[in-house]
Amino acid sequence: MKKVDARGLSCPTPLVMTIEAMKHEDVFDVLIDDEVAKENILRMLKGKFNMSPIFEEKNGEIIIHVKK
Amino acid sequence: MTNFFASKKGIILVGAIIGLIAAFLQFMGNPPNMGVCVACFERDIAGALGLHRAAVVQYLRPEVIGFVLGSLVASLMAKEYSPRGGSAPIIRFFLGIFAMIGALVFLGCPWRTLLRLAGGDGNAIWGLLGLIVGTVIGGQFIKNGFSLGRAYKSKKASGWVFPAFMFGLLLLAIFTPKFGGNAIYSSVKGPGAMYAPLWISLAAGLLIGGIAQRSRFCTMGAIRDIFVARDFHLFSGVISLLIFAFVANLFLGQFNPGFVGQPIAHTDGLWNFFGMVLSGTAFVMAGGCPGRQLILAGEGDSDSAIFVMGMITGAGIAHNFMLASSPKGVTAYAPYAVVIGLLFVVGIGISMRSKFKFV
Repeated sequence: MKKVDARGLSCPTPLVMTIEAMKHEDVFDVLIDDEVAKENILRMLKGKFNMSPIFEEKNGEIIIHVKK
Repeated sequence: MTNFFASKKGIILVGAIIGLIAAFLQFMGNPPNMGVCVACFERDIAGALGLHRAAVVQYLRPEVIGFVLGSLVASLMAKEYSPRGGSAPIIRFFLGIFAMIGALVFLGCPWRTLLRLAGGDGNAIWGLLGLIVGTVIGGQFIKNGFSLGRAYKSKKASGWVFPAFMFGLLLLAIFTPKFGGNAIYSSVKGPGAMYAPLWISLAAGLLIGGIAQRSRFCTMGAIRDIFVARDFHLFSGVISLLIFAFVANLFLGQFNPGFVGQPIAHTDGLWNFFGMVLSGTAFVMAGGCPGRQLILAGEGDSDSAIFVMGMITGAGIAHNFMLASSPKGVTAYAPYAVVIGLLFVVGIGISMRSKFKFV
């Protein structure tokens, strides 16, 4: 599984990286550690692509499973 | 638990509350079109501490203190308090300095840009255009891989330092000690002598700090998200702030449309514009408007705290080196400082890029 590591990056870099990754891959994980980045990415995926991907949270890190 | 304030209705409500509170604070004594201005208020704090000696803009603004402490409390309650830092601190410090220099050429932060518009000050249109252009420049850097790099989680204490500093300022504001006749300075005339009662200002700051933390309200993020992701979420909050401040100003008799003789403003459109191009670019590169930086600092983000310290330092530089504008206009030195600032932000934006890759 390809992964985007956007942990610790300030807004909107995690979002921009996710958009960039979608140009290259249909299925990938986004790794973040920030609630706001999670909200932004989920809102963008919902708004632009009508996607509601599953995500998991543990030890303060969040993995969003993106699947086109 | 869903976070209501992060919803569309939530962000609109938050914008409305900030707009109404800002108009109310002006009514209660804050300077005109300056109910809440992060840049101006940090400048006033710098003056109160004696970091500059512009006698008309010295006051320990409780609103700024309230933003940080309100955000701290809200983030602790929501279990979002998260001490972190280490993302290019020295660059953030200088971005803060130049952001403040640009803001003081225009005379206001993005929040005050909106409040000036809501009060009828046409000169703010140039500032707003500058912010938009700055956002496009900063956004373009980000789209091309610009990043200040990763922040790391850190020990609890690192997140407490900045709120503790703000709490210290609050004690100074309440007890107003005199240190041998010097600081704490307090203006006897000018904008620094115009303020709402301390407890009202503090309560307003705490409330705004709390709801801004929950909603992630950010004026620069609002324009930026449209540009980088066609996302209008934060923008709806900004429009709400503008409309509600405007309506409140109408009711309170604070709406005076025009260009000439606007309060704490000048009519030099060119440098109103370029001052805010500089500020806007710096804000976007640092991850948010100055209000948002205070909120993040309250959540334990020491990178944002460094940016705020840069802005306070920048206020000292702006006034000590005659870079800050006055109602008479821009100074002879300001254009040079703005150009140096633009060279700095463009240099950083181009040099700190990395190519996108999967891991």
